[in-house]
Amino acid sequence: MTTPKTIYDKIWDAHAVRTDEHGTTLLYIDRQLVHEVTSPQAFEGLRLAGRKPRRVEANLAVPDHNVPTADRHLGIADPVSRLQVETLQDNCREFGITLFDMDDRRQGIVHVVGPEEGFTQPGMTIVCGDSHTSTHGAFGALAFGIGTSEVEHVLATQCLLQKKAKSMLVSIDGELGRGVTAKDIVLAVIGEIGTAGGTGHVIEFAGEAIRALSMEGRMTVCNMTIEAGARAGLIGIDDTTIEYVRGRPFAPKGELFEQAAAYWRGLNSDPGAQYDRVVRIDAASIRPQVTWGTSPEMVLPVDGVVPDPNDATDPVKAGGIRQALAYMGLTPGTPLTDIAVDKVFIGSCTNGRIEDLRAAAEVARGRRKADSVALALVVPGSGLVKEQAEAEGLDRIFTEAGFEWREPGCSMCLAMNADRLAPGERCASTSNRNFEGRQGQGGRTHLVSPAMAAAAAIHGHFVDVREV
Amino acid sequence: MQPFENFRGIVLPLDRANVDTDAIIPKQFLKSIKRTGFGPNLFDEWRYLDHGEPGQDCAGRPLNPDFVLNDPRYKGATILLARDNFGCGSSREHAPWALADYGFRVLIAPSFADIFHQNAIKNGLLPVVLDKALIDRLFELAGGDQPLELEVDLHGLKLHPGHGHEPLGPIDIDIDPFHRHCLIHGLDDIGLTLQHEDAIAAYEQRRRAEAPWLFS
Repeated sequence: MTTPKTIYDKIWDAHAVRTDEHGTTLLYIDRQLVHEVTSPQAFEGLRLAGRKPRRVEANLAVPDHNVPTADRHLGIADPVSRLQVETLQDNCREFGITLFDMDDRRQGIVHVVGPEEGFTQPGMTIVCGDSHTSTHGAFGALAFGIGTSEVEHVLATQCLLQKKAKSMLVSIDGELGRGVTAKDIVLAVIGEIGTAGGTGHVIEFAGEAIRALSMEGRMTVCNMTIEAGARAGLIGIDDTTIEYVRGRPFAPKGELFEQAAAYWRGLNSDPGAQYDRVVRIDAASIRPQVTWGTSPEMVLPVDGVVPDPNDATDPVKAGGIRQALAYMGLTPGTPLTDIAVDKVFIGSCTNGRIEDLRAAAEVARGRRKADSVALALVVPGSGLVKEQAEAEGLDRIFTEAGFEWREPGCSMCLAMNADRLAPGERCASTSNRNFEGRQGQGGRTHLVSPAMAAAAAIHGHFVDVREV
Repeated sequence: MQPFENFRGIVLPLDRANVDTDAIIPKQFLKSIKRTGFGPNLFDEWRYLDHGEPGQDCAGRPLNPDFVLNDPRYKGATILLARDNFGCGSSREHAPWALADYGFRVLIAPSFADIFHQNAIKNGLLPVVLDKALIDRLFELAGGDQPLELEVDLHGLKLHPGHGHEPLGPIDIDIDPFHRHCLIHGLDDIGLTLQHEDAIAAYEQRRRAEAPWLFS
């Protein structure tokens, strides 16, 4: 009898070109996504060494971090940002890589575009010079972020030198309560295991609550696996996965698709497969989540209160809470629902997909943004998400509620373009990182689900979306 | 990449957990299309009191006197001591580029984020993982009046405490043998991988038969 394997074991084994005496594996990479920020030095490296991409068709490029979300036709005002996007254009032209440029209707955030185009497929190894590449693990692919040196390595060799990680199973058992979403699941997981809890591991998410999620929801969960310290998150392949991929532009067609689907179904973890660590969470116990600090692990259910550093036993942890509260301008004991917000951001590779916009629009429908909220920004994850949302009339719901409807890109998730917080401004954000300065120097970020963000925009402070 | 030579350096204690790569090098500096010149903007938002922009001359900017990098005791430090989960967050290789450009060569912490750890090694930085109790002791010593010096011996896999701190005794460096090999020889990974061109080509041929949709 053969040893039961996890999906991670199976994908790893299928991609191992060779393994040396130190246990370092040369791992074959099926697909690479490329964006403007982490690729220029990689292309420059190729040029200096006189190398060429090994398989140009295995790469897909799209500018997303620097692109403006307003007045797109005017181009990029900031000359430094503009040069970076132009450099991507030049490099793609020179090396023959497919580029969805700023004026392409398919342009968007790289982790929204890949799945939407069927470029992301189950069982693949997928990399990108971006930590949120973990998103693609929702398809039962092994997908992880890499640095620029590794981007160059993949371009030149179609391989990476890797050590196999440990495995962790995170099972979300049972059914989610009403108003609780994929975002709340992943924030609760991070709260439970900590931002370094998954370091050195690949996390497989399982359980009824994960199975019940749409592909959009599964992508949200895998997207933030990196915030739990794990480079990659994975979800087993089922009908939801296969039907999502079917018919997409880059997906296999006809007989080849059926052959692929049969192969994909065989990749799931075997019964009895062993994991280095197992974490089980009861889905019914998860409430809508709000982060209060400057690390995604600083998170609580919406009915909680800002913690007191004096209650922490570990001095390093207590110091971290003190620093976070000082930065966030918060006082211990304050109910999270008493925290007022200045801005709201709905979008990003975590929550910029059609289902996210539908959830936010459902809350905003027929209501008005609070006057105290200076800006409620809705940024679709891609041009195709934007088209779909407009076809459903979501843009009208948002604009009638006083929200702004923008062009696709990373936008205020990391504020590399013009969308950012001013010092001291507080934001309810559907993005993935509440680090100091992430959304603009001195800006204060609270991570929430799309419905919770929209509800905060309407009420001017956090509210429990289950009571709206 | 330069081969990693043994050296002696001053330890700078950065007493925070979860130092993320956004803090190491803020996003506005990621617009550069070069690998060099990030040192003056290392920890920009903690280091300066004003807002930094790319291309700016940092010499005249107001320094934050409370930030450890500006403490004269640690001038010329080449070893960074940090807390858990150093380098978490974004995969930006600009973070190790900035640390190396500033002059750091060794990073010591109880744990490093996975992507950052990989990026550090690719840039000749040596990440050393030590247990929490020892890290606490190093913070104590490095925070004293006499800066803590360590001699870093990657060949012998030891950190030797410098003058006045001898009682600490030598500390073992635990590192993946392949990473040590790459650092000591300053190896170019791509060159190494290309030596296995035959194996890669054979893999592709086999895989094409087994999973043809991956090549269509």
